[in-house]
Amino acid sequence: MQNSVINVDGLTKKFGNFTAVDHIRFDVYEGEIFGFLGPNGAGKSTTIKMLTTLLSPSEGKAKILGHDISKEQNTVRSLIGVVPQEYTADEDLTGYDNMLLMADMYGLPRSVSKKRIADLLSMVELVQAAKRKVNTYSGGMRRRLELAMGLVNHPKLLFLDEPTLGLDVQTRSVMWKYIRSMKKQYRMTLFLTTHYLEEADSLCDRIAIIDHGKIIKIGTPDELKESLGGDFIQLSLKNGDSKVISYIKSIQGIIGVRKVGNVYKIKARKAEESAPKLISLLVRHKYEVERLSLEKPSLDEVYLDYTGRSLRDEEVSSDEAARERRTVRLSRM
Amino acid sequence: MESKDIKRVHGIRYILRSLWSLTNRDLKKWYLAPLLLIMSLVQPLIWLGLFGKAMNLGAIFTNSSVNISGLNIPKSILDSLGNAFMMGAFGTTDYFSFLAVGMLAFIVLFTAMMSGMSIVWDRRFGFLDKLLSTPVPRGSIVVAKILNSTIRALVQAVVVLIIAILLGMSTAHLTVRGILLTFFALFLLSFGMSSLFVMLALRSKDWQTQMMIVNLLNLPLLFASNAFFPTKFMPSWLQAIASVNPVSFTINIGRYLLLDIPLSTTLINEFAFLGAFALIFSVVSIVLSWRFLRE
Repeated sequence: MQNSVINVDGLTKKFGNFTAVDHIRFDVYEGEIFGFLGPNGAGKSTTIKMLTTLLSPSEGKAKILGHDISKEQNTVRSLIGVVPQEYTADEDLTGYDNMLLMADMYGLPRSVSKKRIADLLSMVELVQAAKRKVNTYSGGMRRRLELAMGLVNHPKLLFLDEPTLGLDVQTRSVMWKYIRSMKKQYRMTLFLTTHYLEEADSLCDRIAIIDHGKIIKIGTPDELKESLGGDFIQLSLKNGDSKVISYIKSIQGIIGVRKVGNVYKIKARKAEESAPKLISLLVRHKYEVERLSLEKPSLDEVYLDYTGRSLRDEEVSSDEAARERRTVRLSRM
Repeated sequence: MESKDIKRVHGIRYILRSLWSLTNRDLKKWYLAPLLLIMSLVQPLIWLGLFGKAMNLGAIFTNSSVNISGLNIPKSILDSLGNAFMMGAFGTTDYFSFLAVGMLAFIVLFTAMMSGMSIVWDRRFGFLDKLLSTPVPRGSIVVAKILNSTIRALVQAVVVLIIAILLGMSTAHLTVRGILLTFFALFLLSFGMSSLFVMLALRSKDWQTQMMIVNLLNLPLLFASNAFFPTKFMPSWLQAIASVNPVSFTINIGRYLLLDIPLSTTLINEFAFLGAFALIFSVVSIVLSWRFLRE
C-alpha cells in the first residue's frame, strides 16, 4: 500500500453559478510526479489554489500529508512548496533577498536559511546572479529562481503551476532537468499542472486529464495512449458535407470519426490498411481529398479523444489572460 | 522533521520577524533607490515652497500699502489692525508657520494613500498569492504595508519640519517634548490613514480603481480640515466634517505644541481621538485581511 500524499475527495469550487471544479477525486502517492493536463479554464489553477489553501472549497475534502486543507491551513502551508504560474519574485530586489524573504516567511533561523539558500542557488545555477536585481534576469533564470524559492522550506510536496509557461523549447527541457534533479535531491512528491502535452508526457508518472472542472481520465502516459486502442487518420476535404461521416464509418477497421474544425479525425485499428480503402471510397463519392495523414497515438490525440477539443481552444477570463501575457512577456526577456 | 517545520511558524518571535522582513522588503525599494529617495524628499520642499511662500495670506493684511482715500490712517495702525485680523483668524500673525504645521499632516496623508497601491501591485503580480501560500500571518502582510508607509511618512515629515524652519518658520515655542509629541500625533495619523487605504485596497484588483478611490478621498480630507485655513470660517456642514477629521486633530496638536496656538479642548482629548482612530482602523484592516486577502 502506497502512502497517499494528496487525498482529494469530492472537491468542488463554485463561483456563483459557474462550477469551476466539479466533485473531483484522486490520490497522489509518495514519490510520484502527478500531472493535471487540460486547457486554460479547465479547473487546473482553481484546484491548485484550493490544495495550496489560497481558495476555500465550496464542497468536498482534501488532505495534504494527512492534514485537512480547510481545517489545518497553516500546517499545510508550512509543509508544502508552491511555484506559481506567474513570476512572483519581487523584481526590485535581488535574487538572494527574495530567497531570504521566503525563508523568513517559513520562520527558518538565519543560520539555516543562509546555508539552504546557498545550496539552492547553486543547484539552479544562479550563484553569479544572486546579488543582481531580478528585473535583469532572463525568463529561464526567473523560472529557476521561482523553483528555488518554492524549495526554501524543503517541502515534502511541491506544487508547480505551469512550470514552463512561455519558455522556448530548449529552456523548457532545461527546466525539466532541474525539476527532476530537485525531486531526487529532496525526495519530494510533485503535483504539476500543464497544458503542454510534451511536458506531461516526459515529466509525469501519472496524468489526470481535466476538462470543464471534471477529471476525465487518470493513468500513466502509456496507459492513456494504449487506451485509445488504435491509430489516427487525419483527413481534410475540399468539398466535405454532412454525409461524409457515415460513408467513412462504413469502412471496415474504422472505429470512429469526429470532425474538428475542417479536419476529420478518424480512429482506425490499423491506419495503414484503412487509408487506401478510405481514399477510394471518397473518390467514388466525388469528394476531393485535400490532405491525409496517419498518426500513431500521442498524448495530443488522447487529449482530443477524451475532451473532444484541442488544447489550443482556450477559454480564459481577461484577468487570467493578462497574467498569462505578463508571464509570457517576461519569459522572453 | 514535520513537527519542527510546524513549530517554527508559531510564537511572537516568528510574527515579529516575518513582519519586519515584509516591511523591510518595501522599505528597501525606497532606500536602495537613490532617485526615489531624493524625489520623495524633494516633494515636500516643493509643496512648502509653493503653498507656504506663494499663498502668503499674512501679507495681504500686514504687508500691504492699502489706504482709504480721505482717511489718512498711519501705516503702524494699519499694520496692527492687520495683525489683529491675523491673530483672530489664525491664532498667529505668521501664516507661514501656521501652514507649515498643516504641511506636516499633508505629507503624511499623501504618503499614506500610497500604502494601498502596493497591495494592489502585489496582487496583480502574483506576489500576494505567493505570500498567502506561506504560513505568514495574514495580518503581518497588512501591518507591514501600514508600517512601511508610516515610516516613510515620518521621515518625510522630519524633512518638511527642517525645511520649514530653514524657510523661516517660527522657532520661538519649539521644545523637544513638543516635537516628539507632534511626531507621535503624526505617527497615529499615518497609521490610521494607511490602515484606511490598505483596507480599501484589500479587494481591489486594478490600480486604476484604487487611484480613483485615493483621489476621491484625499483632497476632501485635506480641504475639510484646518490645514490651510481655520475651520471657523467654513459653513456649518463643512465644519461638522472638519471637526471629526483626524487631519484637523493632528494639526491642532502640532499648532499647539510647536506654535503655542491655543487648543479648543485639551491635549489629552485630541490624542485620545487620534489614538482611537488609529487603533480602530488598524484593527479593522487586520480583521478584514483574514477574510478578504484571499480571492
